[in-house]
Amino acid sequence: MSQQIETAKTPSPPAKESEGTHLVREIMSGNAVISVLAVVVALVIGGILIAVTDPRVSAASGYFFADPMATLSAIWSSISEAYGALWRGATYDPTARTWQGQLGIFETLTFATPLIFSGLAVTLAFRAGLFNIGAQGQIILGATFAGAVGFGMHLPPVVHLLVVILAGALGGAIWGGIAGFLKAKTGAHEVIVTIMLNYIAISLVLYLLKNQLKDPNSSNPISPQMDANALFPLLLGPNFRVHAGLILAILAVIGVAWLLNRSTLGFEYRAIGANPKAARTAGMLVSRGYITVMLISGALAGLAGVAQIAGTEKSLDSEIAGSIGFDAITVALLGRSKPWGTFFAALLFGAFKAGGTSMAVNADVSIDIVAVVQSLIVLFIAAPPLIRSIFRIKESRREGVSA
Amino acid sequence: MKNNITGTFKRGATVGTVTLGAMALLLTGCGQAPAPSGGNASGNAGAADYLGCIVSDSGGFDDQSFNQSSYEGLKKTVADTGIKMKEAQSTTKADFEPNLNQMTNAGCNLTFTVGFLLADATKKVATADPKSHFAIIDDSSIDLPNVKPIVYDTAQAAFLAGYTAASASKTGKVGTFGGINIPTVTVFMDGFAEGVAYYNEKNSKDVKVSGWDVASQQGVFTNTFDIIQEGTKATNNLINDGADVIMPVAGPLGKGAGDAILAANKNGKDVKLVWVDSDGYLTAPTYKSILLTSVIKTMGDAVESIVKDDLAGKYSATPYIGTLANGGVALAPFHDLDSAVSADTKTQLETIKKGIIDGSIKVESKSSPKK
Repeated sequence: MSQQIETAKTPSPPAKESEGTHLVREIMSGNAVISVLAVVVALVIGGILIAVTDPRVSAASGYFFADPMATLSAIWSSISEAYGALWRGATYDPTARTWQGQLGIFETLTFATPLIFSGLAVTLAFRAGLFNIGAQGQIILGATFAGAVGFGMHLPPVVHLLVVILAGALGGAIWGGIAGFLKAKTGAHEVIVTIMLNYIAISLVLYLLKNQLKDPNSSNPISPQMDANALFPLLLGPNFRVHAGLILAILAVIGVAWLLNRSTLGFEYRAIGANPKAARTAGMLVSRGYITVMLISGALAGLAGVAQIAGTEKSLDSEIAGSIGFDAITVALLGRSKPWGTFFAALLFGAFKAGGTSMAVNADVSIDIVAVVQSLIVLFIAAPPLIRSIFRIKESRREGVSA
Repeated sequence: MKNNITGTFKRGATVGTVTLGAMALLLTGCGQAPAPSGGNASGNAGAADYLGCIVSDSGGFDDQSFNQSSYEGLKKTVADTGIKMKEAQSTTKADFEPNLNQMTNAGCNLTFTVGFLLADATKKVATADPKSHFAIIDDSSIDLPNVKPIVYDTAQAAFLAGYTAASASKTGKVGTFGGINIPTVTVFMDGFAEGVAYYNEKNSKDVKVSGWDVASQQGVFTNTFDIIQEGTKATNNLINDGADVIMPVAGPLGKGAGDAILAANKNGKDVKLVWVDSDGYLTAPTYKSILLTSVIKTMGDAVESIVKDDLAGKYSATPYIGTLANGGVALAPFHDLDSAVSADTKTQLETIKKGIIDGSIKVESKSSPKK
């Protein structure tokens, strides 16, 4: 009886909302607590996997009843060693042999830099109601454009880097803009278009690397090294990889936060994201909104490509984007599609990446565990009711356009 | 109320999971606890503190090629000497440097980096950390006191394979093709072609080589190490060209070549296969019946001997060059096709091997590692 009454009280979703828009709303309606809990649950399950796959644990469980403490202590040491190594690798590791190696926190920041840019790209499109799955392709195009002017031209310091940054943003913007244009003019679904564009991007860069952009001194599909003037300056000298791209990334966070919360354009995006039909009725140009938001989103992803090629990699190859474009989606989800939330989520993922290597080397736990934890985070965030039921959190709903 | 109901379900599920887990433990957990022992009785005291490390290229340690054989070599060294080891697999180029940094952080005494793709990262990390020792496989571009290049003069063993192939050919034509036109591939093809030429010179024959021209350094390449079918295609072309002994130098594409030969032999041809890198009789037993011989690079042995040298304080950055003399490269036994090689040829091969080792027979490939 009482259950029926409760159900009746729950506000039903707007009738004309499409499936996708509803999902975006659902995912965004959660709060930071759910993000944190999703990470915690994912880490717990990751810990169980670490313990189960550890040969010491399975050996000790073979005589569980003869000596139960042996199993428990094996489980404890297996998990604490793995996560301890993860934590130390991502922050500060007093056991590392060199002082540069002890400061893993700067590796975390280095890995986080492209994730901040690409996470922002996904976040921004999300707020306008678009799933930009194409960050991967936009990063590749950004890196390709940035690389072409980075090793193809020789310009004075500062100027060259600026040209590289602009070229990277342009490359990403073109790739994102195609999807925005098709969505606005033909209604083609941006998820399908951006996924397809990812494939085109990877084939395109491979073609270019075998022909126009190939390093003539190498037999591999790899570009020449970037000009020294085209690289981001290292922030802490040659001992650390952290580079000025990080500062640009923080500026981008501030910029996107301002755009979304303080500008007219940002208000339009949020209105379109909340309800495109209402936005159209209110006199907003929805199609223009789709195109511009995908241009800006693509440009941000392009900057992630710049951070890769002008920051850490220094030459172009077909693996330049790694898994950044896909991690970006998780980062944006975890960051609740808010600029600063995305920033901290990117830091967390940077820490996973930096610490994951340390965990693989120092605790003999496969770095694949990190991928499992990341995937579990996506699972729990994409299914907020699951997390709510585990921790018994009341559903909260945000109404209308909110920050 | 709704929450309570789901909560009950949730708890029910948890109880179920715990019960299942306990059942599993009941089934497995009845063994005896081992008596506390004084650790593994292995090696000397120095070995226990010694850390040997290895970083793969993007092929991973299960690539059935040089990553795997180097990795297995280090594993064997661990078993033999009681040293400790750490490993890191790279999935992309971006992983090379972080992985190597982790190795020096972990305090590795000696780190093996597998493949010339890691040359840049190895050079950078080795320069920053001059006290750690490194060894890089298949690259000799780094000139640092703490980086030992491990390279192979494969042409020497391929020379013997070429000689054998020429002697076994009935059509008067042998063939070879490569994955990509890079020195580590063409060094096989050079040696093979020169071995054939040497056979012609000694026996006044005129066996032709299809697929590789030493003078112009051009030949048949599949331009891939991944697409097996390209190996089948290249092999079919060589067979149609009249070749009846074929040496593919393209990693996994050797399987494609083997398949093509098995199919051709079913249709009345009599074509034989020469495997490379490992003894194909052991690593690719499907092709036992057509396998004439293999050109072997013994990476595991090199890894083991370098670790042992370093352990004994005898590390040097002088390149390790695998040759017939030190057993770094070798011609595999003929196994099932032993009868296809005449007793005469076998004696001659022994003489040639001695000749190459003492320098009276020169095998010169542009791609051979420089001493």
